[in-house]
Amino acid sequence: MSAPANFVPVSALRPAPEAADRRYWRTLEEYEGRAPGGDEPRQAIDEPPPSEESRRKFLSLMAASFGLSGLTGCTRQPTEFIVPYVDPPEQVIPGRPQFFATAIPLNGLAQGVLVESHLGRPTKVEGNPDHPASLGATDVTSQASLMDLYDPDRAREITLHGDPRSWEAFLRALLVALEPVRARKGEGLRILTETVTSPSLGDRIQAVLAALPSARWHQWGPAGCHSARSGSVLAFGRPVNTYYRLDNADVIVALDSDFLCCGPASTRYARDYSTRRRRGGRVDMNRLYAIESAMTATGGKADHRLPVRYAEVETFAVELAQAVAGQSVAGSHFGQWTSAVARDLLAHSGSCAVIPGEHQSPAVHALAHQINAALGAVGQTVVYTEPLEVRAEDQMASLTDLVRDLDAGTVEVLLILGGNPVYNAPADLDFAHKLPRTAFSAHVALHADETSAQCQWHLPESHFLEDWGDARAFDGTVSIIQPLILPLYESHSYLRILDAILTLPGRSAYEIVREYWTKQKHGADFETWWRKSLHDGFMEASALADIRPALKAANAPSLPPPSSPGALEVVFRPDPYIFDGRFANNIWLEELPRPMTKLTWDNAVMISPATAKRLGIEAQELVELRRGGRSVRGSTWIQPGHPDGSITVHLGFGRTRSGRAGNGAGFSAYLIRTVDALWSAYDLEIHKTGDSYPLASTQMQQWVEGHHPIISGNLDEYRANPNFVKESQETPPRELTIYPHWDYSGYAWGMSIDLTACVNCGACVAACQAENNIAVVGKEQILARRGMHWLRIDTYYQGGDVNPSAYYQPVPCMQCENAPCEYVCPVHATAHSADGLNDMTYNRCVGTRYCSNNCPYKVRRFNFFLFQDWVTDTLKLQRNPDVSVRSRGVMEKCTYCVQRIREAEIHARVDDRFVRDGEIQTACMQACPTQAIVFGDINNLSNRVAQLKSEKLNYALLAELNTRPRTTYLAELRNPNPELGEVSHARG
Amino acid sequence: MPAGNVQELQSRSQRRPDPGSVPAVIAPGQTFTSITDQISGFILTRKSPLLWWAAFAFGIILSINLLTIVTLIFYRGVGLYGIQIPVGWGFAITNFVWWIGIGHAGTLISAFLLLMNQGWRNSINRFAEAMTIFAVMCAGMFPIMHLGRPWIFYWLIPYPNTMTVQPQFRSPLVWDIFAVSTYFTLSLLFWYLGMIPDLATLRDKAKSRAAQRFYGIACWGWRGASLHWRLHETASLLLAGLATPLVLSVHTVVSFDFTISILPGWHSTIFPPYFVAGAIFSGFAMVLVLAIPIRAVYGLGNLLTERHLNNCAKLMLATGLIVAYTYVIEPFTSWYSGDSFEMFMVHNRATGPYAWAFWGVIACNVAIPQLLWWRSFRIRPKRLFFISAVILYGMWLERYMIIVTALHRDFLPSSWANFVATVTDNALLYGSIGFFVLMFALFVRLLPMISMYEVRELLPFSSPAGGSEK
Amino acid sequence: MVICSLVRIDPRVVQMAQIFSGAANTIARFTLWGFAAAVGLAMWAGAMIVRSPYETRQEEPREQPVPFSHEHHVGGLGIDCRYCHTTVETSSFANLPATKICMNCHSQMWAASPALEPVRESYRTGRSIAWTRVYDLPDFVYFNHSVHVNKGIGCSECHGRVDKMPLTWQAVSLEMQWCLDCHRHPEERVRPQSEVFNMAYVHPRNQAALGRRLVHEYGIQSLTSCSNCHR
Repeated sequence: MSAPANFVPVSALRPAPEAADRRYWRTLEEYEGRAPGGDEPRQAIDEPPPSEESRRKFLSLMAASFGLSGLTGCTRQPTEFIVPYVDPPEQVIPGRPQFFATAIPLNGLAQGVLVESHLGRPTKVEGNPDHPASLGATDVTSQASLMDLYDPDRAREITLHGDPRSWEAFLRALLVALEPVRARKGEGLRILTETVTSPSLGDRIQAVLAALPSARWHQWGPAGCHSARSGSVLAFGRPVNTYYRLDNADVIVALDSDFLCCGPASTRYARDYSTRRRRGGRVDMNRLYAIESAMTATGGKADHRLPVRYAEVETFAVELAQAVAGQSVAGSHFGQWTSAVARDLLAHSGSCAVIPGEHQSPAVHALAHQINAALGAVGQTVVYTEPLEVRAEDQMASLTDLVRDLDAGTVEVLLILGGNPVYNAPADLDFAHKLPRTAFSAHVALHADETSAQCQWHLPESHFLEDWGDARAFDGTVSIIQPLILPLYESHSYLRILDAILTLPGRSAYEIVREYWTKQKHGADFETWWRKSLHDGFMEASALADIRPALKAANAPSLPPPSSPGALEVVFRPDPYIFDGRFANNIWLEELPRPMTKLTWDNAVMISPATAKRLGIEAQELVELRRGGRSVRGSTWIQPGHPDGSITVHLGFGRTRSGRAGNGAGFSAYLIRTVDALWSAYDLEIHKTGDSYPLASTQMQQWVEGHHPIISGNLDEYRANPNFVKESQETPPRELTIYPHWDYSGYAWGMSIDLTACVNCGACVAACQAENNIAVVGKEQILARRGMHWLRIDTYYQGGDVNPSAYYQPVPCMQCENAPCEYVCPVHATAHSADGLNDMTYNRCVGTRYCSNNCPYKVRRFNFFLFQDWVTDTLKLQRNPDVSVRSRGVMEKCTYCVQRIREAEIHARVDDRFVRDGEIQTACMQACPTQAIVFGDINNLSNRVAQLKSEKLNYALLAELNTRPRTTYLAELRNPNPELGEVSHARG
Repeated sequence: MPAGNVQELQSRSQRRPDPGSVPAVIAPGQTFTSITDQISGFILTRKSPLLWWAAFAFGIILSINLLTIVTLIFYRGVGLYGIQIPVGWGFAITNFVWWIGIGHAGTLISAFLLLMNQGWRNSINRFAEAMTIFAVMCAGMFPIMHLGRPWIFYWLIPYPNTMTVQPQFRSPLVWDIFAVSTYFTLSLLFWYLGMIPDLATLRDKAKSRAAQRFYGIACWGWRGASLHWRLHETASLLLAGLATPLVLSVHTVVSFDFTISILPGWHSTIFPPYFVAGAIFSGFAMVLVLAIPIRAVYGLGNLLTERHLNNCAKLMLATGLIVAYTYVIEPFTSWYSGDSFEMFMVHNRATGPYAWAFWGVIACNVAIPQLLWWRSFRIRPKRLFFISAVILYGMWLERYMIIVTALHRDFLPSSWANFVATVTDNALLYGSIGFFVLMFALFVRLLPMISMYEVRELLPFSSPAGGSEK
Repeated sequence: MVICSLVRIDPRVVQMAQIFSGAANTIARFTLWGFAAAVGLAMWAGAMIVRSPYETRQEEPREQPVPFSHEHHVGGLGIDCRYCHTTVETSSFANLPATKICMNCHSQMWAASPALEPVRESYRTGRSIAWTRVYDLPDFVYFNHSVHVNKGIGCSECHGRVDKMPLTWQAVSLEMQWCLDCHRHPEERVRPQSEVFNMAYVHPRNQAALGRRLVHEYGIQSLTSCSNCHR
């Protein structure tokens, strides 16, 4: 610990810019000497969200009744019933979950998952170990997809202008509307879908188009891979699908790509990246360069990060292309950087990859293809296949056509299958006002949303857990989507609706999918193949074959239009969690802290500290963004590491008809997004409104320096002195406690978290929430610092606020052996278990909160109100039956998923054996894409966790307190390029 | 006995000259009759002064508000407070510690000074004890009201249950239960026992049958027989003996709530003496805040003389200095520990978001009390009242500072957050004050606020020694 | 001394009329002791009530949609527990018989009995029978049948002589102390695995020795950590 002399206090309130990185300070506001953040929005606490009033009433009544029962010490149970099956299905063992393989289609691309089912209720999503896009892990959206299924605000019935109608009525109306259209070979019939990769759905659409040749099919996905498509057209003259094999990549250059956290393949990429990063006893690491236009999790993870404006990324790409091609780039904009990166790439040609961001310009994609080709990466780390889409097309053009025809009034029947164009089409198309000009319009979606409001008909869409389908993964692997539960409401799949156009009344989705694949798979024993595919969750060897598209003559792309110096650049990105807005009503995703900002329930106007100063903008100030005649108001977020002169806004918020959770959360960046500026524009004006708008972040931006929770070092340091971690640690002797010692003779459960691997994606937090029935509390309570997530990912910055490096640290309960929480609890509500867990007995807790006060890690969460929803039936369906649903006034915390531990122990005991290594996976461990979290018995040295804990990088958080945490960390190693070492923390 | 002797005895007392520069414990010229009439008069004959009615109304209104808030908290949950994670304790515990502390003066005066044979205590001990009882009542409410599930507070008490689970005796909160309940029981007994002879006097002087019956029942048939007096004296002494250790123990145990934890700013060995001193400090402040107005309104100058004010003031000054000393010692120990968290805590306390509280405490508890070095501030009622009020506020602020500054920024920056009190927090605090005032007003109205028989003892000829100066 | 006692008496209070009758003292004493007694009594009563069958619903035969008699099926016909409680060895939940299982026999036997109409109806309509739960643990308690049954804890330890119950009732209190009794001293209750489903089993005289042996043999632990039951 630092001695008095050189102790530099946390200068919480004094401005200390120049000496900044010698101290660690709390928040940016405080760093700049302004009032400490976090304490302005208070009214929150006095009043719960108004929308919840009725619920609260019920809850408090319930609480009162608890009160009475408590006072009389009454344990008398109300009469309950057991309702057995009439004719039990095979393999169902009541009290034991079943797992089914299926796939989650996100924006058309599939992620293979196993879904846990309790007596027919899907309760938890896990990764499918055999599926290429999952390898057993899941991303955040997969974890949260259950909340979509059970969302109480889902559309429940077919409606015409809002009035309930029957399926038959809809078919009749459709038939009538199609009468004239059929006569004209389908002219006037338009089908608008999102990006379609589902073979059977494609087949149905094609069938319709075949039957009605003059009908037209449009695709529009607001956050789709538009640039990638046009990029490959630029480079190869035709659209191709690109993906990466990062397990072969020693050097990775991310051109504004957040590939570790966002995108349909991120789970796989993160796994490959981290596996490669930890090879050969951790002395053989890959290296990651990130050139990016916003502070992303990938950038924070990178060994070298270069924050540049969106437009400059292209400049960099051009220079890099030249440098790789051997031309001199001296004196160019990024001279030192480009040359250094290029040298590094060339040194690893064949085992390196340049990854352009989904939302970067087509030129950048084209250049990336060019560079990868020059480096011989194609076929090694970069793989090309035929497009995954059934029909790869320029969706922007496709949508524009549709709107033009709507204008012309030549569209008679419009079927919108999924998507929400009224909300997310570029603002200048003015889709909302043109849509009603059709004679017949129907919208099929989970929610009756903005688009439904403009359509005549709305049909509830079946959730992927409710009906059959199929979809392709990033590499083309096909998965059959099999449902786990009958539709909760009167909903239908696209397949059935399309089929109805051809042959009334339309077959079931199951028949359609199965029939389609019977056609594909004639000859082979179909039944066995079909069953196997269902069981495995994907079709064997269905990945698309590699292709080697010929590179067109390297046309040196022109530099982007130089924006006028004063002008601000605006960059649109899909939100990392609610994506393009489709998950806006998913309470889990809304409340899940965003990777870097830890923001919940809102998007923000991201702006760099310097630019904020220049414009005189404070944090959390309501500003108006103007482009042309369009404007939108949002709250500012001052983001360290964000490039100057640029503003990043996330899409997907500001919904008006998403449901109770999504409505009014954040602002809609689509309002200033136009056809010519899908991803960025240089004509943004920003105006102060004088108002402020609080943003609910679960933690402020904290810097670390000197004595701090994160221990990290460079690879070279580690090579030189593998013990640098141990040496920086001070651990008191074990016997330094007045309480008797436990001898952990049996199992001793422990956890190891590898900071080198953690990419801050948040999958673990989402998984924890889903597994442990963790309540969602709403923005007001988050502002009041009463979030309930058991697991948090602390994000620390280091270095100046221009380009700090970032460190991520997942913090679950440490399960201390000398637990400060245990001995202060007056009622034994939290007590030590024989295997060393800190058991939390909710039903014993009286709520003194002393345990939380005394917890140095502050991992305990308290039910200040009755946060848990005890009334909504659909939410009850989701709950994990093995975990108590906590009531008002009790403490709760991470238990290492003790329900899973005890279950496994019981199974082991029944078969007279010990629990095997890896048999117990905590929810966070199972979800983690990078396998950063490992859980097991530390008493058994053959266990992986025990081996990890014996590694030299192993350290305990706040070890000097002698809490003896069972959760320990592996210090972070980074692999900077010596050439860039000194500039890695500064602008290029 | 023939009345003549008594007359004579009394005249003797008048002839005795008032010795010494020290102001007398009670003003000269008092007789049994005058004292008895004066004190019993407040209850039986005289009309209550306006201030009493004011206090009564104030108490009633705030108590109703208290009741409302308490109901609301039962109904909605402790989320109504400003507390969160990390600041899990806020106003409730602050108020608890504050009230308990205030209670201390009572025990000190009644028990400690009795054993010390300090005669001057006789005219203040009665309402000091009353003050104690009501303060502990207020205090006792908060630990329960701050529970997440207050309706099962009794799980903190060991009792044979069907779970075969008992409270955890390693937790200081369980010690609190015992400390506080013992304290309350003992204070109540002491207070009541002391009142019995006076209740008898009231019974005898009462005109209305109802009053006679009321006080008659209340004094359990006291007839002033010498047997009664002997038993009474023994009992008082025994209780005093039992109560004296409590002066030290109660707040020591309360301070354990903090010292037992591992938080920088809580985990400190100086706390027990520090808290006890602080308790007596605030206790005497409260005694004066109550005594001075009463003295003025009820014209008790003859019984509550400068001597009393002076002594209380001196005790405040002394305990105040102890408190000040701990303020000095805390930063030193944290610096000496070399523990960066400790040092950060001290630094953050003085410069962080709660610096105002810290400097407020220094001003109220250290700076201003120094005025008590000047005699005029010790005996001039108005000035003394002002200082005492300031100290009361300062001591509340001190507990607030200890609790909040230690919690809001502990070990990991990622879990830091600021505490801001809500309407509920304040309503509950003021509610408890209102309840206190109400109880006290009722006490002043219905019970002898000054111990008649003990004051009578102070009369020159009431003891063989004949001296009244002790 | 004389003076002392003299001065304490207010001179004007020497002669006064009686306010209370002579009974007052007795009443006073009675109230004093009576109060103490009343408090004690109230506490005792409270303790008794929470332990009483009223609270625990112990030995209270429960109404069922079909008056199913274990006495007849188990005691009389000698049907094994597992015939109906199919998952008792494999799952936390012992399971109640699906209507189909009832009908296996009752499609022939008592096929027309009015008492069995709900069963037949359920079989016809496919709507389940809602049986009243007899052993109802609080929702925060997690009990697992399989591990108990597999480790030599007999059904009758908790469910009593089901074979003597015309209508099923809760044979034990199900209080936490009752659970802990066994969890603290499993050796007192364990029986050979072969005897688990034997309703009539009585612990032998040498239970102490036998218990210790079985506990060792079956690797039974005394599990008293909170999370063994509360999660």
